[in-house]
Amino acid sequence: MSEVIEKAALTSKDFANDQDIRWCPGCGDYSILKQVQTILPQVGASLENTVFVSGIGCSSRFPYYMNTYGLHTIHGRATAIASGLKASRPDLDVWIISGDGDSMSIGAGHTIHLLRRNLNVNFLIFNNQIYGLTKGQYSPTSEENKITKSSPMGSIDHPFNPAALALGADSSFVARSVDRDPKHLQEILKRAHAHKGTSFVEIYQNCNIFNDGAFEVFTEKGTKKMHTLLVENGKPLIFGDNNELGIKLDGFTPKIVNLNEGNSANDLWIHDESELMKASLLVRMFDDPAKEGAMPRPFGVFYQNDRLVYEDVMHAQIATAMAKPGDLDKLIAGKETWTVN
Amino acid sequence: MSATIEKLSDVVIKFAGDSGDGMQLTGGQFTNAAALYGNDLATFPDFPAEIRAPQGTIPGVSGFQLHFSSNEIFTPGDNCDVLVAMNAAAVKSNLFNLKKGGIIIVDTNGFDAKNLRLANYAEGANPLEDGTLDGYKLYKIDVTKLTREALADMAGLGMKEKDRSKNMFVLGFLYWMYNRNMDFTINFLTEKFGKKPEILESNIKVLKAGYNYGDTTETFMTRYEVPKAKVEAGTYRSIMGNQAVAMGFVAASQKSGLPLFLASYPITPASDILHDLSKYKNFGVRTMQCEDEIASICAAIGAAYGGNLAITTSSGPGIALKGEAIGLAVMMELPLVVVNIQRGGPSTGLPTKTEQADLLQALYGRNGECPMVVISTSTPSDCFEVTIEACRIALQHMVPVMLLSDGYIANGAEPWKFPKASDIAPIEVKFKTKLDEGETKFLPYKRDEKLGRPWVTPGTPELMHRLGGLEKQHETGNVSYDPENHEFMIKMRAAKVEKVADYMPLQKIEVGAEKGKILVLGWGSTYGSIKSTVLDLIAEGYSISHAHVRYMNPLPKNLGDVLKNFEHVIIPEINSGQFIKVVRDKYLVDAKGYNKTQGTPISKTELKEFIKTNYSK
Repeated sequence: MSEVIEKAALTSKDFANDQDIRWCPGCGDYSILKQVQTILPQVGASLENTVFVSGIGCSSRFPYYMNTYGLHTIHGRATAIASGLKASRPDLDVWIISGDGDSMSIGAGHTIHLLRRNLNVNFLIFNNQIYGLTKGQYSPTSEENKITKSSPMGSIDHPFNPAALALGADSSFVARSVDRDPKHLQEILKRAHAHKGTSFVEIYQNCNIFNDGAFEVFTEKGTKKMHTLLVENGKPLIFGDNNELGIKLDGFTPKIVNLNEGNSANDLWIHDESELMKASLLVRMFDDPAKEGAMPRPFGVFYQNDRLVYEDVMHAQIATAMAKPGDLDKLIAGKETWTVN
Repeated sequence: MSATIEKLSDVVIKFAGDSGDGMQLTGGQFTNAAALYGNDLATFPDFPAEIRAPQGTIPGVSGFQLHFSSNEIFTPGDNCDVLVAMNAAAVKSNLFNLKKGGIIIVDTNGFDAKNLRLANYAEGANPLEDGTLDGYKLYKIDVTKLTREALADMAGLGMKEKDRSKNMFVLGFLYWMYNRNMDFTINFLTEKFGKKPEILESNIKVLKAGYNYGDTTETFMTRYEVPKAKVEAGTYRSIMGNQAVAMGFVAASQKSGLPLFLASYPITPASDILHDLSKYKNFGVRTMQCEDEIASICAAIGAAYGGNLAITTSSGPGIALKGEAIGLAVMMELPLVVVNIQRGGPSTGLPTKTEQADLLQALYGRNGECPMVVISTSTPSDCFEVTIEACRIALQHMVPVMLLSDGYIANGAEPWKFPKASDIAPIEVKFKTKLDEGETKFLPYKRDEKLGRPWVTPGTPELMHRLGGLEKQHETGNVSYDPENHEFMIKMRAAKVEKVADYMPLQKIEVGAEKGKILVLGWGSTYGSIKSTVLDLIAEGYSISHAHVRYMNPLPKNLGDVLKNFEHVIIPEINSGQFIKVVRDKYLVDAKGYNKTQGTPISKTELKEFIKTNYSK
């Protein structure tokens, strides 16, 4: 019998360390760090089996503030480094911390391949729609016409829609949350952790220095309810100041209807996380909130699907091959040898 | 009337044909048959960058050169004794390399008006008829027709399928000509086409038809015999460089007890290592074909952090892309082997041709002060030992190591007296799993006697730590912007690489005296040419020696002393002079280069001529 040592349950404090946090005061990253530290003990994570891997950018400082294992790597490559780590060490709980520049611009090439391979990792994208660490250039998620240091007459780049991109790359889990809604964020993080496969979580994160208020329409009291759609599995899509608005599917077109005008909640679009086609429409609800008649921006888990994860198949193949273990002498000798006396 | 048999000590054959003609396979078969017979040999495949360049054209010619001998040899030979040409383009592009009076065996079917035009012969010109080949022994065989005739009774096969075994006719004929046994190839075909009995039967039929053609046609009055070479007793196999690299990695994995993790992106001429290692899953090998070069080194770095023997394989253009991540591995001080099978550059350059022009890239091609260990291979069989050595250094010194090979070594073959697995030394690897006595805090950048830092893999309780690309504080590994610490760490990383020299052998002289007039100093694939040149010149009375450097960084501690023992130092390289810059810089020696960048190895003939023209006995 092995000796069982009773360990005190971990708390969020155990996941924090003694390093000074160097994000700007008021940065949305603080909230995300706190929510991650909060949920880790709740999901039963251990300090030694948890690894945070990041690239470069403000968000990528994240691993330094965790009392777990961590890698702060190079720009855009956290996904690739985490892939090698997870593929070779399936026992580890691997989290990738990235930003919109890191994952959607310099590292976009790796992002889509991580998603299609479906390694069992959690992939958090802190989307602040700006380059913060390099002091304020437009990012691949910045809106068109944005005035920044590198776009004084307005950005001429069309932005990515990260959730749609992820779904397009066959991500098995696609979700969106926001730094200002700790409860929702915690819920989504727990769901991401529970999903076996790559969990793509886009987190709207306020950069109060270079892009302050980018998401306030989705977070501030006065506007939040009209512009935000919280989706829940099996529930109709309802939003509005008094939950009076709903979304109905007219063929392939989502339409806003008023429940006070003779429309029944039973006729509304019922969210089903397992339906790829509906998820594809949901992630395309990406209107500029300032636009007349804009669709609300959805938050929550848009899509979840259990499919084979890369490392499982990799190690299953090895196990099959190892049923007949290789012999080094035979390998070295090859098929044909000759002897000289 | 039977043919007479003439004894020869050395033969160089060049097989040349369209890239679809199966010349690589034909050459490979003859090579293995010669090896099994007991000849010493060296080969050099020479193929086009395009998989199937336009048929019949000069860019479409694929060649395979084989040198086999009853003596010890070190190169695939400079000029050929025999040219096997399957079409006009093969003659046009290879005739310059055929010795005067040499033998040409042609498939006349490849010399019709269309083939002659595609090979850029002038209107109405045909080398088989216009005297171009006067002075050579020309054997004209209508291989295509004879192949079809041999298969006349095989109604199940279409004309295209029949023609595909043309190369077997040529091979059979050569087996007759050089008095060789066909069993090896028959076994090979049986294994390859065992499940396709018709294809198997047709190939064997044509092979035998080729042999019998030589035997029964009275045109060919001479057969040749190249007796066995007197080589060291032992058991041998034929080995190609990339095969040896792949096996070296498996051996290092077994000897270190660590799982091998290869992340790679396909690139010529390195892909065969990925192919081979992907087959070795029964040794627990983990292979990941990544989306690009950057991802592959990054995945390897992740696996290194996770406690694997992590490697990535590529060629020059891929190494350029990996540069930033190599810097990360240098900064995080993780063990990693990066393989560069060099090819002609810059840019896409000459993907299928050889060059040694990535040495300075390996030594200096990264941002910042970023030293790494660089080790080179010199022959196909040498790759095995060097690969294990690269792994040993990486794992024991906690450093990334660049292993340099090249296209010539990668695809060349030679006999190899291979070691027993039990004779390969174990590689001791230390993981730190807990705090030592007296330690109160884990210091991820605390140094051992080799200046390496502890390797702690995730999953180890109590030793959680963070690594990254930002400058590290000495010992704690915390992020540090302190100017003095930065300079200290730059020097530390350099000292750590330099320290490897304490754990590697001293430079030895390959052939010749320890002291003398001329030293030919080489590295990499010039080994065979330099060695045979120096042996010849010693025989001619020259005071000349050959030293071949394996450890490019750090250099062997005694290299400076070795150089001082000679009046002249010559450094032949297949580049514009890269190692010479390092040697001149480090040792202030007035070394002279012999440089060539034509995508081909340096030949013995030209190197000998260079030395004889410029230096006296």
